[in-house]
Amino acid sequence: MAERRREILIDPVSRVEGHARISILFDERGAVSDARLHVTEYRGFEHFCRGRLVWEMPRLTSRICGVCPVSHSVTSARAGDDILAVAVPRTAEQLRRVLILAQWVQSHALSFFHLSSPDLLLGRETRAAERDFFAVMRDNAEFARRGIRLRKWGQDVIARIAGRRIHSDYAIPGGVARPLPERDRDIILDGLPEAHNTMRQALDIMKALLETRDGESEMAGNFPSLFMGLVGADGGLEYYDGHLRIMDAAGNILADGVDPRGYRDIIAEDTEPWSYLTFPYYAPLGRDAGMYRVGPLARLNVCAHTGSPKSDHELAEFRQRGGGRGPEHHSLLYHLARLIEVLFALERIEELLIDPETLRTDTLRSRAFSNRTQGIGVTEAPRGTLFHNYSAGSDGVITHVDLLIATAQNNLAMNRSIRQIAAHCIPRADTDVDERILNRIEAGIRSYDPCFSCSTHALGRMPMQIEFRTEEGRVLGRFSRTPR
Amino acid sequence: MNEIRTLTIDGQLISADASVTILEAAKEHNIHIPTLCHLEGLSDVGACRLCLVEIEGHNRLQPACVTRVEEGMVVRTTSSRLQKYRRMVLELLFSEGDHICSVCVANNACELQDLAYAAGMDHVRFDYLHSTHALDASHDRFVVDHHRCILCARCVRVCADVEGAHTWDIAGRGHTAHLVSDLAQDWGEARSCTSCGKCLLVCPTGALFAKGFVVSDPQNKQDFLRYIANTKSRKAWKDE
Repeated sequence: MAERRREILIDPVSRVEGHARISILFDERGAVSDARLHVTEYRGFEHFCRGRLVWEMPRLTSRICGVCPVSHSVTSARAGDDILAVAVPRTAEQLRRVLILAQWVQSHALSFFHLSSPDLLLGRETRAAERDFFAVMRDNAEFARRGIRLRKWGQDVIARIAGRRIHSDYAIPGGVARPLPERDRDIILDGLPEAHNTMRQALDIMKALLETRDGESEMAGNFPSLFMGLVGADGGLEYYDGHLRIMDAAGNILADGVDPRGYRDIIAEDTEPWSYLTFPYYAPLGRDAGMYRVGPLARLNVCAHTGSPKSDHELAEFRQRGGGRGPEHHSLLYHLARLIEVLFALERIEELLIDPETLRTDTLRSRAFSNRTQGIGVTEAPRGTLFHNYSAGSDGVITHVDLLIATAQNNLAMNRSIRQIAAHCIPRADTDVDERILNRIEAGIRSYDPCFSCSTHALGRMPMQIEFRTEEGRVLGRFSRTPR
Repeated sequence: MNEIRTLTIDGQLISADASVTILEAAKEHNIHIPTLCHLEGLSDVGACRLCLVEIEGHNRLQPACVTRVEEGMVVRTTSSRLQKYRRMVLELLFSEGDHICSVCVANNACELQDLAYAAGMDHVRFDYLHSTHALDASHDRFVVDHHRCILCARCVRVCADVEGAHTWDIAGRGHTAHLVSDLAQDWGEARSCTSCGKCLLVCPTGALFAKGFVVSDPQNKQDFLRYIANTKSRKAWKDE
């Protein structure tokens, strides 16, 4: 008799940012009992940023990630604005907004075209070794080329404004470092028609895919949860300012108008011994009922409208998928939501750049010393709501850092997704588990476009457990530290 | 009366006044010797050891900034031995502090960084000390980050010799040596400090900088020192 299956490991999870592995656990009868996403790297920014100056924080924290450095540096600069207690000049705010939107474009393009299109476009039977972007390039060269060029355009917008594509010195507490030359503005605008074309095509492809994959969609991470995102004063899609809105699975708004400064009142975090990534949840409902999702799907669920014609049209169509009865629960729809957000970003970038205010050269930075002892910055990063929370002395030296990263906020949902997919794909103890099934579980993770390297910072909150095992799997001993 | 000395630097026959140093004589004849603690307008202390040169007849290497020229001296400013030592000096400076260029306010305007590039320093062979120095931002307008201090003592000299305040000094010995203001008080409490900011302007790294200063801000300019030194020598402030 074959030995009873106890655990399946997927290590590493591929085509995501950062390092993680998945373990699928089985019960006595051989059915899936749990599936866990283990985030195995540790970054420690919350610790080593202590003792540094608030003005250095955007540059320090941008190093958290090479994919979304803009999100970290702008959010950090906003926390810095808060500590300096200054009003950021309008030109600087608009340039920061363009940067965030350009970041959405390049990061969403990376997620959809480079990382996830192999899952979406190549047949489910494709072997792991052939399931990559190169295969997409071979089968659909034009699609791949357009995706690469879209990401390049997004990166180029960032480079023209901030001076370089990643880790720039551009966003600083109080404003930005340099004006945007008109010539660069014009070059950016010249690229918009092609980007719109690419999005038109990508949206058509994604919608067609959702039609053909209807039956399958029931198992790729489809479950009720809460959703959280920033919305503007009129309830519209917001990414830089605004307030937090939390919606439940039926579409009821649980909390609205929440000042992002009070995020710790509504979000609590739990830990598990098997992951460096914390498990944030909506505090009033507790960990199980308080599971919430952030990112493109959540943002489109919670907002009333995008406020731009093309993306609003797509949003209306998006909402009809579930009959318009409430928020969309399906994680596969993250991909579609991402594309609609790119469309929104393209529309907004154009609006912001044709405004002469954006090109002003005289007011870019408000200068002040440290005027508050706490500063909180919140923006919508490509993967969801990003919080930077600093405490500082009156001398401007940081004494405490708390970073709440989008990927962490999706942690409970990601674990739920892979458990659902694993249970569906491995229904019986004797199910033949091959790499195609494992890839579908990984693809469930990829729909969230997680960035693990961004998300593990808290020192003292991590009760990571180390196990010593014999070759046969017998546990010799466990070592762990008690959570704070 | 001036006395003239004749010497050879890198094979070149040179005449120089007896009062000048090897560094000054070399500079006069466009022979480049790397320096770090030396700054025109300040007295020399030979703290950094980057200007070490070989002098025939001496086993020990001599710092060019504080060694006077002598008759018949034969000096070499470049040799594989000197390159090796200069690079070692730089690596030791890097291993002693926390010189993280990417987040430093002095990035791309740093003399230590420039010298490391010039010496082809692509890595540090020594273990980093991971100093546990603090950053002192107690002054209203200025910050000293001891992690980036290389103890060149330029700030000590400009403060004592030019400003006349002598707020800065170096305390401790060996690798525990560190910059102190007044009687090892926080800078914000140092009563002798006139907040003139000259120490910021002469700092070769990002150890001393203005609060709120970020890397994209205009970088330090040391021209003021030449101006002050010239004016002083001509006593221009009295007569003109």
